[in-house]
Amino acid sequence: MSHLTLRYRLNGNERADLVAGDETLLSLLRYRLDTTSVRQGCRQGTCGTCTVLVDGEPRLACITLAATCEGCAIETADSLPGSGGLHPLQQAFMDHFAAQCGFCTTGMLMAAKALLDVNPSPSREEVIDAIGGNICRCTGYEPIVEAVLAAATAARAGATPPAAHRHC
Amino acid sequence: MAIALETCHALREAAALLGRAPAARFLGGGTLLVRALNEGEADFSTLVRCLDPSLAEIRASGPRIRIGAAVTMARILATRELDFLHSAARSVGGPAVRAQATLGGNLFAPPPYGDLCAALLALDARVSVQSGYSARDVSVEDFLRERGNGAGRTLVAGVELTRPRDSRAFRFLKVSKVRPKGVSMLTMAARLEESGGRLSGVRVVYANMAPAPARAAAVERALEGRRLDRTGIEAAAAVASEGFSPPTDSLASSWYRRAVAPVHLSRLLTGDSKRSA
Amino acid sequence: MEFRKDLFASERNEDLNEVGRPTQRQDALGHVTGRSRFYEDHAMPGMLHMKFARSPHHHARIRSMDTAAAARMPGVVRILTADDVPKRVHTLLILIGLGPDDEPPLAFDKVRYRGEPVAAVIAESEPAASAACAAIRIDYEPLPAVFDVEEALASGAPLVNEYHGRNWYDYEGHDYQKIRFGDVEAGFRAADHVIEERYQMTPIEHAPTETGGCIAAPDTAGRYVCYTNTQALFFSLETASRILKMPSNRLHFVGGTVGGGFGGKVDSVHEPLALLGAMLTQRPVRSAYTRAEEMQVSSPRGAERIYIKDGVMNDGRIVARYARIYCDAGAYSRLSPYGAVKAAAHMPGPYYIPNVWVDARCVYTNRTPSSAMRGFGVTGADFALEVQMDKLARLVGADPMEFRIQNAYRDGDMKAHRRVTKNAALIECVQAAARLADWPIGERFQAMSSMRDGGGERARIPATPPPEAPARRVPAAAPEAAQAPLATMPPPAAETRSAATPPPRTPLAGAGRRMSSLLGTRRR
Ligand SMILES: Cc1cc2nc3c(=O)[nH]c(=O)nc-3n(C[C@H](O)[C@H](O)[C@H](O)COP(=O)(O)OP(=O)(O)OC[C@H]3O[C@@H](n4cnc5c(N)ncnc54)[C@H](O)[C@@H]3O)c2cc1C
Repeated sequence: MSHLTLRYRLNGNERADLVAGDETLLSLLRYRLDTTSVRQGCRQGTCGTCTVLVDGEPRLACITLAATCEGCAIETADSLPGSGGLHPLQQAFMDHFAAQCGFCTTGMLMAAKALLDVNPSPSREEVIDAIGGNICRCTGYEPIVEAVLAAATAARAGATPPAAHRHC
Repeated sequence: MAIALETCHALREAAALLGRAPAARFLGGGTLLVRALNEGEADFSTLVRCLDPSLAEIRASGPRIRIGAAVTMARILATRELDFLHSAARSVGGPAVRAQATLGGNLFAPPPYGDLCAALLALDARVSVQSGYSARDVSVEDFLRERGNGAGRTLVAGVELTRPRDSRAFRFLKVSKVRPKGVSMLTMAARLEESGGRLSGVRVVYANMAPAPARAAAVERALEGRRLDRTGIEAAAAVASEGFSPPTDSLASSWYRRAVAPVHLSRLLTGDSKRSA
Repeated sequence: MEFRKDLFASERNEDLNEVGRPTQRQDALGHVTGRSRFYEDHAMPGMLHMKFARSPHHHARIRSMDTAAAARMPGVVRILTADDVPKRVHTLLILIGLGPDDEPPLAFDKVRYRGEPVAAVIAESEPAASAACAAIRIDYEPLPAVFDVEEALASGAPLVNEYHGRNWYDYEGHDYQKIRFGDVEAGFRAADHVIEERYQMTPIEHAPTETGGCIAAPDTAGRYVCYTNTQALFFSLETASRILKMPSNRLHFVGGTVGGGFGGKVDSVHEPLALLGAMLTQRPVRSAYTRAEEMQVSSPRGAERIYIKDGVMNDGRIVARYARIYCDAGAYSRLSPYGAVKAAAHMPGPYYIPNVWVDARCVYTNRTPSSAMRGFGVTGADFALEVQMDKLARLVGADPMEFRIQNAYRDGDMKAHRRVTKNAALIECVQAAARLADWPIGERFQAMSSMRDGGGERARIPATPPPEAPARRVPAAAPEAAQAPLATMPPPAAETRSAATPPPRTPLAGAGRRMSSLLGTRRR
């Protein structure tokens, strides 16, 4: 088997791991490094559950070969909380009931983060597009869209998001 | 079975390796190849990766545009000079797929994929192909015809195309049953340039009406030399499905595709594509 | 969200301190930080992977199976076949006393649906297990298959499941669940219009984002632990205990976090075999569906075919309803016999109809076994009922909202399955929906209330004409004979004319009582 040494940054930490040429990023992060916040939903790229950020771009870990991430910065949901506590997206997801079973949540958060990092004031349509590759079977998406919009507002204000109108 | 990943730094080196190694495939973004790997459906034993900067290049300052095969949908969307391709690039999966999916891979993607490929066919793009040490240019049409035979053996370096004269001269429409991001049930692309108020050099392309993106010859004939008005659009819609025997698959039946093609074609031509998309 | 405190004020306590107030989910913080632990997050060192060799046929006899070559493949630790399973045939509903056992965890003799597991390979890696599954040689003799509920009931149809001896579920001597209330034939004769319509549901896959699976492992003191995403922890525990013939106090089930279930994770298909693997290898064993398996072999919502014949008056009253329901269980019972009971009981719908006749049958076909999914039985029935309501409204020229209000049941009404209506709220719901949708409804209908004008005459159990002949009980062991009679259900006319004597048991008695204990008991 052809192995190579992959040098990359995982949530800010420099790493070097030996990876097989055909090893996916999901397999490396979840099954070898025990980053369990990166979850496997389909292994086909269709559900978005394993979304992580590679150099700031949203990527599906299940259909990304680890070896192609040489020199990249990889972020998972574990990197979200800042020194001040939860990331505005995490707080908004809680406040807006945007997580039910929780399985899609980390992927959803990373997809949303990829958007807010480059577009701090997204429109509703842009939010819908940003999470368009992520499947949630519980919420019906509306609370998630609301949460992302609220998180954007909160992040701009530099405060925690308003728990405005809650879905019960 | 372990798959070998070979990394090349020059185009020719990669092309030569593809021609030489048994069961080798060129690795684009890998959205389809890695999925096949996961599903245990890999019919290859070597993946060839190429870091040649020319593959990732976009030259779009003049009317003649060149886009490297490794350019992703996300890069197309981030390039203002390629605005006419944005609707097609945006239609490919969600943001994560778009960050990974390459133009080169889209030219090889089997149905129901190939949305960007349909757009490139409508724009009469030319594909630069590298086989071993020899390079040549073919039209997308010819490329698609040969696609089955040489799959994996030849390397696509990029495409060249002419920018449409104005933004309304190129139309793209993807019909999907899942919102906001589903695979295509039917994709349509058209180049509708006018000279003296009349259409000339019309190109109308469908994807998922045939095994590969294909031109709707009857529609093109019906529109050529006409005005893009109600009568012109009605004439085109009347022959919308002519010459096609579309597939029946899990997304739609052959009958359904034929039945709705005129409706979507009319929307494409009137510019009312919001209602279909 | 709007709380309409004006409605049913007299029935509500005002000292509630949770209802009407947002409450944070207890697991929300775990979800947004990615710390919530799903079963697969309990992966263990030395863990093995289990994969199944599955039937490529819809229906076939297994002539022989050869696992020798597969067993020698790299990474393979153990292969399980039916002979390794302590209880070779089981049924889920046996936990509430509903037999017979009709499904082998690993098939032997026969396969009855495409994708049915025949052998399980336990290996060091998932790809190794899958490769070995492909190397198991199974010699099948394909048998004719049946995929349509009515074709399955026709004489000469292939017998799907020998444990039933016939292609339908037997409800303690009854071929189907029955509701008999009033005189439907008289109702049809008196009606201004009679229409009959056919409704067909399709199977629906739950498609949870987390596919079904579990990890089982040896624990200390001869016990075994099982981390699972079952939706019904104790149901799965008891099922595993029976299939393994092992007291449940030796099994420690850990669940709680389920990545979407919707009814699709109650069948307990992974736990018993993963535990068996852990016992036989003394190592942790993981069994998990791929996405493709989840789509193809996990049980979907069953498809019902429903015929509804209604008699309606020009003034909008529905006076008679005759419904025939065929629930497609697929090849095995799973929870479908229960779904058919729910479909029958639900069938008159939330409407007061003085004459009702329902026959609901649970039918076996060579399709993927169906099971629970969000209101199964009721959902299909509701689809048929509400489309029928629109058709009826159109037929008599009534507004569809007003038509529903007019026919809605009210407090005190006797329902067809002989329960008195309490806390009805349909009228108020339709009124509120009409208001929100800006749908004008007449003053007469706006003034109606669930709490008025019910009961009285409508509380009566109307006389039901002499019952049909006692159910023809067919010996379970004689499949050929079983297929002969009962091709289709007799229409009401034929049945009411029959002079047969002993009254059948009250519909739903017995079966209904036990069934209700499965997914929520009536507490009143
Ligand atoms: C969830 C999901 C949604 C998708 N939605 C869409 C969609 O809406 N529309 C759509 O069109 N597609 C869609 N796709 C399919 C696919 O992502 C795109 O078609 C993409 O453009 C393929 O490019 P790739 O670089 O990922 O291809 P790869 O997987 O890298 O390669 C695909 C094939 O092309 C060959 N190839 C790639 N580049 C070259 C080259 N330069 N020279 C020679 N051969 C090459 C490979 O050898 C392989 O045979 C989707 C995929 C997923 C997983």
